[in-house]
Amino acid sequence: MATQSSRATARLMVAPSVVLLFIWMIVPLAMTIWFSFRIYRLLSPERSGWAGVRNYTWFFNSPDFWLGISNTLLLVGGVLAITIVFGVLIAMLIDQPVWGQGPLRILVISPFFVMPPVAASIWENLFMHPQNGLLAAAARGLGEQPILFLESYPMASVIFIVSWEWLPFATLILLTALQSLSSEQLEAAEMDGASALSRFRYITLPHMTRAITVVILIQTIFLLGIFGEIFTTTQGGPGSASTTLPYMIYKQALIAKDIGRAAAGGIIAVVLANIVAFFLMRSMGKHLDA
Amino acid sequence: MGKIVLKSVRKSFGDVHVIPSVDLTIENGEFVVFVGPSGCGKSTLLRLIAGLEDTTSGIIEIDGKDATALPPAKRGLAMVFQSYALYPHMTVRKNIMFPLKMAGMDLAAATKKADAAAKVLNLTSYMERKPGQLSGGQRQRVAIGRAIVREPAAFLFDEPLSNLDAALRGNMRLEITELHQTLKTTMIYVTHDQVEAMTMADKIVVLQAGNIEQVGSPLELYNHPANAFVAGFIGSPHMNLLTGSDAQAEGALTIGVRPEHLDISTTAGKWKGVVSVAELLGSDTFLHVNVEGHGTMTVRGGGDVNLRHGDTVYLTPQPDKMHRFGTDGKALA
Repeated sequence: MATQSSRATARLMVAPSVVLLFIWMIVPLAMTIWFSFRIYRLLSPERSGWAGVRNYTWFFNSPDFWLGISNTLLLVGGVLAITIVFGVLIAMLIDQPVWGQGPLRILVISPFFVMPPVAASIWENLFMHPQNGLLAAAARGLGEQPILFLESYPMASVIFIVSWEWLPFATLILLTALQSLSSEQLEAAEMDGASALSRFRYITLPHMTRAITVVILIQTIFLLGIFGEIFTTTQGGPGSASTTLPYMIYKQALIAKDIGRAAAGGIIAVVLANIVAFFLMRSMGKHLDA
Repeated sequence: MGKIVLKSVRKSFGDVHVIPSVDLTIENGEFVVFVGPSGCGKSTLLRLIAGLEDTTSGIIEIDGKDATALPPAKRGLAMVFQSYALYPHMTVRKNIMFPLKMAGMDLAAATKKADAAAKVLNLTSYMERKPGQLSGGQRQRVAIGRAIVREPAAFLFDEPLSNLDAALRGNMRLEITELHQTLKTTMIYVTHDQVEAMTMADKIVVLQAGNIEQVGSPLELYNHPANAFVAGFIGSPHMNLLTGSDAQAEGALTIGVRPEHLDISTTAGKWKGVVSVAELLGSDTFLHVNVEGHGTMTVRGGGDVNLRHGDTVYLTPQPDKMHRFGTDGKALA
């Protein structure tokens, strides 16, 4: 029973947590904005004062900036494409009744429990390494030259490693969606003359739209900030071939020790994330309605 | 057109023989109802005919052609599911047109057919809605519409009314019966409700544990049940089945008397009992009577029977309406 007074009481009761959450969000953001307009270098503490927009213009004029932005978007887009496509396929595969289904599903999920730097190290040293790697051994076994994954295809390798980590997440969410599909719907479609491909196209895929949307939104949030895998494997290289926006910010903050520029990069990242979020919600928000 | 013949059809899931062996002929244009208690295999039998389950052995013929190995879509049958199985993300129109689209029919012709089906089923004003915005009865009609447009050789209904409330169920029962009279297409209808079976069927198939107990018209089954199971299953309220000396006196293991074939008297009769519950329906009165030596018997009297809890009554069976069953449960001539 929502009367006038009970609604007022409800607002009053949630007010403390709303205020706390607002402060929680606004203070770091305000501090970052503040620093982004300051001269704040740890290596030359004697210099301080307002920097104006110079921290920002430095980023925009940096030769790596647009490469960093496009690499960031490439990473997000590439990982999303791989995890969604293979997530749907693997989910359909392990949804089949097979012997050992429980352990099989745990195996499929397990990469998600491996910490990002560990996962990156495993791939770098055990698989992609040009001398010791399994893939190099396989290439030599076939009489080919080992491929220098991280040197020749740095972005593709990073995208692959991150996809390996996030595929289980996508699979898990999509599998639960698949399990809620009524078998009678599929049988009805079968009676209606739909081929297996048509059943997937017209029944299974529309049923999974909402789950796919959820996977895209959640993964985008995390993928925009991917850093550990790049730091562990390519260090943004060779040259700056695999530099992303988060990695540029890291370089300013912890290598150049210029907090002002790093803060400006952070604000640019926030703006980028909001632009991506805007387009995502525009194009897919309607799928989230009941 | 829609003649369906089952020849020693068997179905096993592992060691469980759901359908030991069934022989059945369904004539073109017949309304056949499979009825039986839950778990009797009636739905499995329907799914075997539909092709949604593989037959373990035996032959299913549709229109004189062996269809045992054909996939469901190639059998020319349409099915209405218990959950309706509508496609939730499609509008009513798209739902109804889906089988036509799958058959590769061009859009204009498919739209025309869908509109015609919608008109028959009073769905015209709902065509652009999604199934989630429809009531149970309307969803049911959409499911039927999706079946009609395919112009199938036979319709299969799998307990289609069990999700509806009592009033709506009565209406839909009538609508499906009328539809059958209009289309004159073979219909196979699965239900556990013997009232639906009695009111709709040309031919009832009573199943128990995967075996056909009896096949016949509703009144044949009512008047001449082949065994004690059919006798107890068909008819509402259930037939009173009695054993002991009264049955032996008739030369049978069990005798059965329907509630409507017991005469009620307050003074004298064959069995003496005490009324435990009297259900007054206005047109009828159902008495549940505790009879010495036989337990509770159900009696159907007219609306004017004025007996209450605790009253003593005497019951006498109408001798020519008594059913006698032998030791194997089969009816004695």
